Amino acid sequence: MRLPMLLLRWTGIAVWIGLLILPFAGLRQAVLIAAVIALGGLLWSATIWVSASSRMQALTAETARRIRPPEAGWRSFRPTVPQRQAFFVLLLLLLMILPLGMNNYIMDVLTLAGIYVVLALGLNIVVGMAGLLDLGYISFYAIGAYSYALLSTKLGVSFWIALPLGGMAAAAFGIALGVITLRLRGDYLAIVTLGFIQIVNLVLKNWDSVTNGPNGILNIGRPAIGSFVFSQPIHFYYLILGLALLTVLAVNRLNRSRIGRAWIAIREDEVAAQAMGVDTTRMKISAFALGAVWAGLAGVFFAGKFAFVSPESFTFFESVIVLSMVVLGGMGSIPGVILGALIVVILPEVLREFASYRMLIFGVALVLMMIFRPQGIIGNPRRRLELRPEDEDAIMRRRTGV
Amino acid sequence: MTLLETENVSKVFGGLTALDRVAIAVEEGKIVSLIGPNGAGKTTFFNCVTGVYAPDRGRITFRARPMIGRAPHEITRQGIARTFQSIRLFAEMTALENVMVGAHAQSRAGILGALLRSGWVLEEERTLASKAFQLLEFVGLTDRAEVWARHLSYGEQRRLEIARALASDPVLLLLDEPAAGMNPRETEDLMRLIRRIREQGVTILLIEHDMKVVMGISDRVVVLNHGEKIAEGSPVEIQRDPRVIEAYLGTT
Repeated sequence: MRLPMLLLRWTGIAVWIGLLILPFAGLRQAVLIAAVIALGGLLWSATIWVSASSRMQALTAETARRIRPPEAGWRSFRPTVPQRQAFFVLLLLLLMILPLGMNNYIMDVLTLAGIYVVLALGLNIVVGMAGLLDLGYISFYAIGAYSYALLSTKLGVSFWIALPLGGMAAAAFGIALGVITLRLRGDYLAIVTLGFIQIVNLVLKNWDSVTNGPNGILNIGRPAIGSFVFSQPIHFYYLILGLALLTVLAVNRLNRSRIGRAWIAIREDEVAAQAMGVDTTRMKISAFALGAVWAGLAGVFFAGKFAFVSPESFTFFESVIVLSMVVLGGMGSIPGVILGALIVVILPEVLREFASYRMLIFGVALVLMMIFRPQGIIGNPRRRLELRPEDEDAIMRRRTGV
Repeated sequence: MTLLETENVSKVFGGLTALDRVAIAVEEGKIVSLIGPNGAGKTTFFNCVTGVYAPDRGRITFRARPMIGRAPHEITRQGIARTFQSIRLFAEMTALENVMVGAHAQSRAGILGALLRSGWVLEEERTLASKAFQLLEFVGLTDRAEVWARHLSYGEQRRLEIARALASDPVLLLLDEPAAGMNPRETEDLMRLIRRIREQGVTILLIEHDMKVVMGISDRVVVLNHGEKIAEGSPVEIQRDPRVIEAYLGTT
């Protein structure tokens, strides 16, 4: 797609949404939202483009030259490493100056979005890459949060020490769940993980002597560096920004490694993956563990930010929300999953005007999305590179079984 | 030297005897074909050799090492690679990535390696990618390297499966009906490709229905019927064997 097309598309979407909300939101707000969507959309397209073309980075220059790009035109353009780095530095700067001058409410929404970005990226390892449908993912989030809550209130452990410990505790439970569910697939796996989150939630609610039951744990220590205590929303914004960046970096590296390839191979065809020498048992357990780590870290952050945890925050419903972020954004695509998380957190806030209708609108949007664009908003970047006219022949071949 | 040897291998599914005391020996450097009517147990035999199924009885040795009881990925590491009758590529991975997964056992970067991405990990990735690229070149798919496997044509997918299997540096390559669904020209190309693989020092065990392929490239042919080995010999011997003719055409 050429640049004018992209411009046209995003302006079109922005104007359409602007017109839709005009009767409810008033002119000023409608124009503002439309502008944000148009600019944000263009930025997204640029990010996808830059990150999609980085997949073949591992090739030697000589090999890369010999591979004919799938299409002529701008798609054959591969940004050089410095160009790509410059782009991401600019993006980071933008994220860093974004909260300046914004009110605390917006900052809190963005921080919440950041937590869900970390969670969704972690779940993406399990569901998106390895293809294991995990409905109990939030239990690892709970384990991280309660780890810090207990370490802080009972032992006075600092946030920074609890952060890796919470991640490790979650990973340990991830490995345990992985070992238990080793032989299960698809629907059966989903049901067992569903049971797992219920068990965790019930334990948190009923083990009064440790978790203080439904009342939760209060007065959890806030993160501090020396005498500086994280207390304002903006402090937490930068903290979660850092954590989210770490997650993106790590997940991206995993995705483009031998490990990531093995996970995707298992998702695509487990028998074939095994025949290629992939130890599927080990890889599945490691997917559970590495997915759980991020939930654990996000949980510790959650406990540190709100200084309060209770079982209510860690229900099956939360798991479904995070799963819907992954599916909505596009399973397996890192920018897609980030976008999914941002939309699911921010959209209901934007739609606050509609009061109780907002969840209805959100639900309808999800349904429409799954009908018309099942691969998610971004889908897999590679799918975009590959959609070409000959696809129709391929589809026909598959249908007719020739 | 005998590379793969099976003795007395039996496999029963419920009441159906899929393999009945099958004994086959594959000599190093040869192209051996396994033929037989549909349901004769050919693919079951492949699945037993590659560890997908555990035989109920019998022995399978590869390079004088027992193979029964090993997981499929361990058997691949021992030097046996395979393709599948119904194409089983990683549909949403590029051709190049498919081949790179094939070399999984030949590389060692783990989770920590992937996260830290130190010098040797990058070096290994580069080596893997160029090796995979060379294999694509070998099967004639270089210009499709960045295309998703599901978007390749049928013949291309068959060749990609072979390239992927070769990526594990096999000693023995099992091909399950590689010519199925191919037109005569593609079949010719495939036969040339199989001979070139043998020239690289890879022994080949082949399931095939296309008699032109079987008779054209095999050194030895083994015939299965109802799970039993009914004949074994050179292509010419097999063509004359009355039991083989009976199995295929029936008695009058």
